Amino acid sequence: MSAQFTSETIRHPESKEQKSLQPFITLSDFNAWYGDFQALHNLNLEIPGQRVTAFIGPSGCGKSTLLKWINRMNDVVPTARASGGLRLPDVDILSRSTDVVSLRRRIGIVFQKPNPFPKSIYDNVAFGPRLHFAGMNKNDLDELVEWALKKAALWNEVKDRLNQSALGLSGGQQQRLCIARAIAVGPEILLMDEPCSALDPASTARVEDLIAELRGQYTIVIVTHNMHQAARCSDRTAFFFEGKIIEEGSTEQLFIRPAKQQTEDYVSGKFG
Amino acid sequence: MAIANDATPRILTQRSLRSLGATRVGESLIYVALAGCALFTVLITLSIIGLLIGQTLQFFSMPETDVWEFVTGTKWNPLLGETKHFGIWPLICGTMWVTVIAMAIALPLGLVSAIYLAEYAPAWLRNILKPSLELLAGIPTVVYGFFALVVITPFLRDGLGIQLDYYNALSAGIAVGILCLPTIASLSEDALRAVPGRLREAAYGLGGTKFDVSMKVVVPAALSGIISAFLLAVARAIGETMIVALAAGNMARLTADPRQQIQTMTGHMTQMATGDISNFGVEYFSIYSVALVLFLITFLLSILGNIIRMRFQEAYD
Amino acid sequence: MPALSTDFLTNPPGPDPIDAGIGPALQGSVWVCAVCALVCLPLGIGTAIFLQEFQPRNIWLRRLSALLQLNINNLAGVPSIVYGILGLTAFSMMFGLFGSEADPLAETGATYRRQFITEEGSEIVFVPVASRDEVLELTQGMDAIDGNGNPIKLNIIGPDDDFPDDDETLARSILSDAEGGILKDYRWYYFRLPFGKGVFAASLTLMLVILPVIIISTQEALRAVPPSLKRAAEGLGCTPWQVVRHVSLPAAIPGIMTGAILAMSRAIGEAAPILMIGVAVYIARGPAHLMDKFSILPIQIYYWAQQPIDSDASLNFQHIAAGGIIVLLIILFAFNSIAVLIRQLAQKRLT
Repeated sequence: MSAQFTSETIRHPESKEQKSLQPFITLSDFNAWYGDFQALHNLNLEIPGQRVTAFIGPSGCGKSTLLKWINRMNDVVPTARASGGLRLPDVDILSRSTDVVSLRRRIGIVFQKPNPFPKSIYDNVAFGPRLHFAGMNKNDLDELVEWALKKAALWNEVKDRLNQSALGLSGGQQQRLCIARAIAVGPEILLMDEPCSALDPASTARVEDLIAELRGQYTIVIVTHNMHQAARCSDRTAFFFEGKIIEEGSTEQLFIRPAKQQTEDYVSGKFG
Repeated sequence: MAIANDATPRILTQRSLRSLGATRVGESLIYVALAGCALFTVLITLSIIGLLIGQTLQFFSMPETDVWEFVTGTKWNPLLGETKHFGIWPLICGTMWVTVIAMAIALPLGLVSAIYLAEYAPAWLRNILKPSLELLAGIPTVVYGFFALVVITPFLRDGLGIQLDYYNALSAGIAVGILCLPTIASLSEDALRAVPGRLREAAYGLGGTKFDVSMKVVVPAALSGIISAFLLAVARAIGETMIVALAAGNMARLTADPRQQIQTMTGHMTQMATGDISNFGVEYFSIYSVALVLFLITFLLSILGNIIRMRFQEAYD
Repeated sequence: MPALSTDFLTNPPGPDPIDAGIGPALQGSVWVCAVCALVCLPLGIGTAIFLQEFQPRNIWLRRLSALLQLNINNLAGVPSIVYGILGLTAFSMMFGLFGSEADPLAETGATYRRQFITEEGSEIVFVPVASRDEVLELTQGMDAIDGNGNPIKLNIIGPDDDFPDDDETLARSILSDAEGGILKDYRWYYFRLPFGKGVFAASLTLMLVILPVIIISTQEALRAVPPSLKRAAEGLGCTPWQVVRHVSLPAAIPGIMTGAILAMSRAIGEAAPILMIGVAVYIARGPAHLMDKFSILPIQIYYWAQQPIDSDASLNFQHIAAGGIIVLLIILFAFNSIAVLIRQLAQKRLT
C-alpha cells in the first residue's frame, strides 16, 4: 500500500466504486479561528455526494467546528472566522454574498442532544416546510409530515399521537424526530453532530440503522466519538487531530490499514 | 425497513420556495422597528439630561437666583420670607438624614438576611422567604409613608418616649430603610449564591466552620456584588418620594437633629408640583434645578453600582 | 368596618369621610395602567428582543449594545419623580409648543355650544357652534336646543322690538345682543395637543417608569429559552426574526407575562410621577376620554393620609386612607398571585 501525501494528510487510493463519486463539499486550504485560537489548519478534503462521511478524532480536534462551518452555524459566534475554500458545486459557502438561510435549507443539521421544539410531533416536522414552501395545502403538509416521519423510521411509533407534545417522546425517538424535522425541508446534505452521544444503546442502534437507510439519498457528514459507529455507518472517514486532518479515505482502509501511527493508535483506542 | 408509500411528496419535488427577497425586506423592517424601540430608551436618557440642564439654565438666568448661592447656600426658602433663597444644602441635608437612617437599618438587616438565605436557610424556607421579600419590595411606597406616619412616629413617641416632631426625618428614614431592605437582601443573596461552590468546599476542606466559611470566604468573594446592591439601594433611598412627602415634613433646614421636621429634594419637588404656584415663576423652575442634582447623584450611583455588578457577573460566569 | 363597603368602592371622594369613596380614583387607576400597558409592552418587549436576540457580531456594535444595556439598567435606577418631571414637561405641557391645556393648538372630538338664558324665567337654550372663537350671528328663528334636549326655534328680540306676551314664546326668546357662555362637550375619542393633565399624559409618564422594568424582565425570560432550540431553528433555515417569532417568543411568553404583570403591579402603586403631572383629587367621576382629568388610588390615599385628624370624629380621613390601602394591597396581591400561577403553569407545561 502506498500512501500518497498532500500537505500532511494521508490520502488512501480510491477504490473503483469510490473513484466514480463526485465531490459534493470541497475544502481547500481551509482555516478557522475562534478569536486568536486557530481551531483548524489548512484542511483539504473532498466529501462525496450521497455517501456517509465520518469525522473522527479526540475532543477539541476541530471536527465539530468544521461541521458547524459547513452550514455556517458559527455565524452566531462573534469571534469565529474562517479563510480558504469551502464550496458546494455551485455555492461558495464562506462568501459574504451567500445567503445563510437558503444555504441552511440545503444543509440540514442534527445536534448532539435531541432538541425538539416544545410543540406537537406534527408541528415539529411541519416547522421547516411551513416557513419555506409556498402554495402548500393541508394535504400536502400531511403527506410531507408522514413521508418525513417514515423516512426517519418513526411513523409507526407516533402515527396515533401526532398532536401530542414531542417532549413526551423517548430520547431516541426525539432524535429521530429531529432527523425527520431536518429532512422535511428536503435538504441535500445532512450534518450530524454526535447524534447518538446522548442515547442509550438500543436507540443508538435505531439511529444508526436510519443513517444506513438514508445513505444514497443524502450526503451525510457525521461527527462521532465512537469509532465503532464510524466503522459501522460511514463510507469514508477523516481522522482529525489538533485541528488537522491526519488521514482520510475509505472507512474500511482507514480502520483496517491506517497509514499513520497516530491513526492506528486512535482507532485502536490508545488515546482519545 | 420497508416503506410502503415512499414517493417523494409533491412539495419537495416541486420546491416552490417562498421568496427570500420578501422575507428579507420584512426582516429588515422588523429589525429597524426593534432598533427604534431600543433607541427610544436612549432618547429617554437624553431628554431627561437635556430637559433638566435646559430648564436649570433658565432657572439660573432669573434675577432671584445665583449659581454660587445654589451650590454653597445654607438657606432654602422659595415661598416664604422677604427675599427668596435658593441654597441647595438644606435639601441635601434632609435627603442625607433620610438616606443615612435608612441605610443604618437596611444594610445590616439586609446583609444578615442575605447571608442567612444564601448560606443557612433550608431550601423550603428560602422558597417561602425569597418571594415574601419580593412581595415586600412590591408594596407601594405611599403605603410605607402612611405606615411611617400612623405607626412608626406614634411608636417612637409614645412607645419609646422619644421627643419628636409630628413630621420628622427619623420615622421617614426608618420607613425608607424597610423599603430598601428587600433590595439589599435580594441582590446580596444573588451575589452570595453566585460565589462558586468550589470556594466553599476549599474552605471547608481547610477545616473552617460554617460561620468562618460564610464570613471569611463567601462574603469577601461576593463583596463587589454586595457593594453594588448597597449603591443601588442608596440611589433608591435618595430618590424615594412618597414616604418623605408624607412623613418627613416640608421644612428645609440644615439640622443635626433627625427628630425634627426636614425637607428632602424629592419632598421639595412634590410640594412645588402640588401647591398653587404659578407655572412659570422662579419657584416652579427651582424643581428642575433640584431634579438635576437628584438625577446626577442617583445616576452616578446607578452607573457605579451597575458597572460593579456587571464586572462581578463576568468574574464568575 | 364602614370603610370597606361597596359604597366606598364606588362613591366619589368628598369633604366628609363618612361617605367619601375611591370610585373615580379606582377607575382612574384602571385607565392609566391599561393605557400604560398598551404603550409599554410593545416598546419594552421590542427593546428586549433587540438586545437579547439580535446581538451584532461586529465588536463596535457589540460595545454599543453593551452601552444600551447599561443605559437601561441605569434608567431602572432613576427616581420615578424625575420621570414625573419629564412627563410633566414633555407630555403634559409639551414644552409649551402647542399652546396650553385650556387653549390647545390642536384638538379633535370636541364640540362647542353657546348657552343663553331666555327672557322667561331661567330657561336655558343652547346653540351649537363650530369652535370656541366663532362669532355667533343671532337670527330670527334659528335652530337651538332647550334645556331638555328638544329642538326649538329661537325668537330674537331686537333693541326696538316689544317683548312677546305669551310664556311659550318668551321661553325661547333671547335679546339680540345677548352673549352666551361657551360650553365644551367631549366625545370619547377626544384628543388634543398638548395632552395636559390627563389620563394619557399620566399613562405615558408611567410608561417611562415601567419601561426599564419590563425590558429587564423580558430579557431574563428570553435568556431562559434553551439555546439548543434556537440553534435547531437556525439549522432549519430560520431567519433571525423567524427564530424569535416561532421559537424564542413562544417559549418565553409565560416569563414575559409574569414580568409584565409584576411591572403593572408596580405601576398601579406608583404615585410620585403622577403627582408631578398633577391630578384632580376632588373629582366626581372616572375618566371618560384619554385627555380627561383623573385621580388614581395611591394619590387619593396620599391626600387622605395628609388630612388633619379630628379626634372627636368617629371616622377620620386617615381611616379611609387605610381602607384605600387595603383595596390597593388586595389588587396587588391578586396581581402577584396571577403571576405566580402563570409561572407554575408554565413550568408544569414544560415538564
